[in-house]
Amino acid sequence: MPEPLLSIRGMTKRFGGLVAVNDVSWDVYAGEVVALLGDNGAGKSTLIKCVSGVYQPDDGEIAFYGKRVHFARPIDARAAGIETIYQDLALANNLDVGANIFLGREAKKRYLGGLIKTLDEQFMMRESRAALEALEIYFPSLDEPIESLSGGQRQAVAIARAVYWDAKLMIMDEPTNNLGVPEQHKVLEIIRKLRDSGVPVILITHTLPDVFAVSDRLIVMHRGRKVTEKKTAETSTEELVQYMVGVRDDTRVQ
Amino acid sequence: MLRLSRLWAWVFLGLLIVFFVISVPIWSGGSVNFLTVRNSQNILVAITPVLLLGLGQTFVIISAGIDLSVGWVMSLASVLSALAIRAAYNAGLPLFPSVVAGFAAAVVGAGAVGFINGVIIAKLKVPAFIVTLGTSFIVRGVSLLMSENTTVIGLPEGIRAYGNESLFYSIRGEGGGFYFLAPPELTGEMLRRMDRILPYPVIITAIVVAIAIFILRKTQFGRHTYAIGGNIEAALRTGIPVDRHIIWLYIFSSVTAGIAGFLSTLRFTAGSAVIGDPLLLSSIAAVIIGGVSLFGGAGSVVGTVIGSLIIAVLTTGLVMLNVQSFWQFIVVGAVVIIAVLIDQSRDLIMGRGRTG
Repeated sequence: MPEPLLSIRGMTKRFGGLVAVNDVSWDVYAGEVVALLGDNGAGKSTLIKCVSGVYQPDDGEIAFYGKRVHFARPIDARAAGIETIYQDLALANNLDVGANIFLGREAKKRYLGGLIKTLDEQFMMRESRAALEALEIYFPSLDEPIESLSGGQRQAVAIARAVYWDAKLMIMDEPTNNLGVPEQHKVLEIIRKLRDSGVPVILITHTLPDVFAVSDRLIVMHRGRKVTEKKTAETSTEELVQYMVGVRDDTRVQ
Repeated sequence: MLRLSRLWAWVFLGLLIVFFVISVPIWSGGSVNFLTVRNSQNILVAITPVLLLGLGQTFVIISAGIDLSVGWVMSLASVLSALAIRAAYNAGLPLFPSVVAGFAAAVVGAGAVGFINGVIIAKLKVPAFIVTLGTSFIVRGVSLLMSENTTVIGLPEGIRAYGNESLFYSIRGEGGGFYFLAPPELTGEMLRRMDRILPYPVIITAIVVAIAIFILRKTQFGRHTYAIGGNIEAALRTGIPVDRHIIWLYIFSSVTAGIAGFLSTLRFTAGSAVIGDPLLLSSIAAVIIGGVSLFGGAGSVVGTVIGSLIIAVLTTGLVMLNVQSFWQFIVVGAVVIIAVLIDQSRDLIMGRGRTG
């Protein structure tokens, strides 16, 4: 058994009297897509926010690459290589593709010994094109504001950005929401490509067809607890729904 | 990043000039022309303060903020620079170092106001509209206190040259010529035939405009300004130091207003605590006509330059047509609203939401 890339042990997060995440343990391995399932309010997002540094867990620990980590802020998680792609994508729609991929980390040309620094647009454009092509994403033009792109194309820009900046683990929150069917397929295809390149993906979703289309394993949460963990090939939609609504619960059987 | 969709502003400016070039001679029976060297220079001198106030404002509004304090900051800088020049000169300093002291006082004083604006907006999360409204009152009070509620006079006569002389001089007609830097000794009728070309305030403003264009288009600072205005959440999550950036934006805005105040002190050989206030709304109008979105994320310095030119050409042309001054306000107001309407319908036609 290889070492898990991400290992969560006994994670608990409380908001006042509410236990949003209750003693969850979970491993993610290199090169797999793991779906995180659950109804609204099941604790999926809270669990992920504890991993990505948005929240501090009250209990439990996280190990990344075998080392215990603590992320005080989201930026710390990103520095470690955990990229979270939220539904709102964190893109600036008024800027072009290159500007977005390099947002906050712009490449610069130096003049007069670094006294004057200008943006290296050509370099950023070249690198952005390469990053997109590595994911087999092709846009007619990269220098238009991305507000002219479709939702799926923007999703692709956000993913390409994460990959370009060396994401070691990608967390995606409902990535196919609000997309047309062809676009959904494209995003799922990109997720497969990420997995094949060795970057594991955690897919937060309640779209079951997506789960069966791309995930290798899955966990289901219900009311803050992990109620099951399965290989996707060994389960069915009916069974998953029963876990999601709380009819089935592996922890109760034990 | 000159957007083709802003083409109408250029076209509008061109049409305005053509209109006045034709109508002014007709109205005056051929005795007055619109597009003369003197008139073009007058227009340039007239727009310098509005443009300088608009420059910083352009950056601030692109970041989805607003700076209502620039008018009174300009006044404060005018008073501070006048007091500094007078004090330095009276303390025995030569003229040029005294002027430099005045410049430093204007920039530092104005910059301090910008710093206070920025810190309260970025760190204490008070809306920019409210913060800068508040500081504009405070700055107004401070300026009037410092100037003892009167014009600051008693400045060395020599500074008049800094504020009014120009790079080139051209004398029309008989015995005319073209002079560089030093104006010829002239009197009477000859003096009336002399045009000042590129006055120093215009050159200083042009330099500040060039720097602003460079910063906004070519540097990381400019890129981050657009990013903050386009999606502040994205800016935060990608690690852009948003708070620090906002503070610098308001400092920049105040400093350009400070330069405007300094130039007005040179121009009038006096400091005035009320010089900037009437210019605030004109400068915002110039920025809006120039295509900067009040929602942030879109706009350019060149747009603001065009916006300022449109306002100046309009008002100058109407004056030359002997149109009563209230009509200028009515026309400028209509242009502001029409400009935004054109921008909005463009967004609608192109099937987009609000630009950024």
